[in-house]
Amino acid sequence: MDIELQKVSYSYAKGTPFEKAALFGVDLMIESGKYHAIIGHTGSGKSTVLQHLNALLKPSEGIVKIGDEMIEAGKKNKKLRQVRQHIGIVFQFPEHQLFEETVLKDIAFGPMNFGVSEEEAYARAHEVIKTVGLDDSILQKSPFDLSGGQMRRVAIAGVLAMKPDVIVLDEPTAGLDPRGRHNIMELFSKLQKDHNLTMILVTHSMEDAARYADDLTIMHDGKSVLRGMPREIFKDVDKLAQYRLKVPHVVAFQMRLEQRLGSKLAKLCLTEEDLVDEIARAAKKVREES
Amino acid sequence: MNNILTLNNIIFSYEVDQPEVKNAVEDVSFTVTEGEWIAIVGHNGSGKSTIARIINGLLFPQSGDVTVFGKLMNEDNLWSIRTELGMVFQNPDNQFVGATVQDDVAFALENNGVPYEDMVARVHQSLAQVKMEQFLNHEPQHLSGGQKQRVAIAGALALRPKLLILDEATSMLDPQGRQEVLDIVRKLRDDTGLTVLSITHDLEEAILADRILFMNQGRKFAEGQPSEIFALGDELVELGLDLPFSMKMAKMLQEKGIQLDGTHMSDEELVENLWISNFKK
Repeated sequence: MDIELQKVSYSYAKGTPFEKAALFGVDLMIESGKYHAIIGHTGSGKSTVLQHLNALLKPSEGIVKIGDEMIEAGKKNKKLRQVRQHIGIVFQFPEHQLFEETVLKDIAFGPMNFGVSEEEAYARAHEVIKTVGLDDSILQKSPFDLSGGQMRRVAIAGVLAMKPDVIVLDEPTAGLDPRGRHNIMELFSKLQKDHNLTMILVTHSMEDAARYADDLTIMHDGKSVLRGMPREIFKDVDKLAQYRLKVPHVVAFQMRLEQRLGSKLAKLCLTEEDLVDEIARAAKKVREES
Repeated sequence: MNNILTLNNIIFSYEVDQPEVKNAVEDVSFTVTEGEWIAIVGHNGSGKSTIARIINGLLFPQSGDVTVFGKLMNEDNLWSIRTELGMVFQNPDNQFVGATVQDDVAFALENNGVPYEDMVARVHQSLAQVKMEQFLNHEPQHLSGGQKQRVAIAGALALRPKLLILDEATSMLDPQGRQEVLDIVRKLRDDTGLTVLSITHDLEEAILADRILFMNQGRKFAEGQPSEIFALGDELVELGLDLPFSMKMAKMLQEKGIQLDGTHMSDEELVENLWISNFKK
């Protein structure tokens, strides 16, 4: 299901003395089955955009298209419930939303809320708990007896149990240690590939965006200012600096190396693995020539 | 050198009545001396935040003791000790009480009965120290993450603490916000000789410290200067952390059969070593 924002503007507390404009004519196109990253520094409007992706907020101006449904400023749409069922949002610190007595009930809550039978919801819980890399036996425990990393996986399982077509991730690795961060990001990447999901990652990690995303949108001061593939966007250091963003560490390193070599490597590398291969190739060439 | 803080054989469990549950902190001892920047690193659940809570008396250990500024911590002197410990937490949004930046910084001073004139001066001074004096009357919730944490630091500084504790204070910030906070902490240390204890799993932050304490499963796994800790290499990765970028790259390059000599503590150093060993004609 494609998601599109057309010239979307949004103001918080509209029509009150506290009105505050957060988005200005944002255009965004997220294609079905792609991994899309939305990047921007704090206050760039990316969280406000996120809340439009499943109609938690409705635009003050402009149109949000989610699949065949249109959400327009000033118009009522009665099908929001169905729309939301297809779009799972993993909020920052999702473990704060756990509340049930057992992990099983917590995971089943979402699907049952949308009319799935208890039997089916429990069956889904058994399935998704494995998907997130936890053991079945955890289903009978209280979610509050788990470690932070386990709680986060349970919260993610709760989103997966809704069988969404689209998953929106809001800084999903905030507060995790490097190993936890890596595991969670790999989990989402695998899910996206195995189930052909549309994945939307809202992040300020250039490294994650470079490694995982097919497409990027850069937000700055409430506007969508840049869109393209990571390799295109990350080659322009000066342009990113205008939006108070930096290139990923691996790209900065490649540029520093190229400056020292006085020549460019064959391509811009977006991951450490890629760059190591490229350096090995270049070094081999030098050896053969001498 | 004066000892600011000493922890002696600390043992702590969240489940005292359940002996089968592992202790969160297992026999940890260390000392922080005046003017030092010490970083406590470790994976999630390694016990580092528990240690922070023990240091400021939010938790009491089942065994072992904490000495702060030469005073053995107990329930009677806890409140006076706390005024000398400035603490900044992970989530900037959870620690604001004031409607404006200056109210917020003044809050702890008011609680401690600081006279009004002195209070105003201290609020201005500590906000100037974190370069937020322009924002006196702003609402905290409208600041960026980095700005919020700088205000939180100002709130801690206003009490003129002997020790500033940063409990994962940069982990929720974007890269720019993190840089702002670290620059401020570094400057404070240079200007005022402030003693800093930072709890983090960001090794790029830990590399700034004078000394690193590396926690694993409640125990002190290693202690030393950043270069000594990073020399542990793969062990760091196995215990849930990561190597700084340049060291990780160097390791991957060597595994690919690329020749590299020397140390690789920074990107500059690695580029230079790569150039000398492989490209220089």
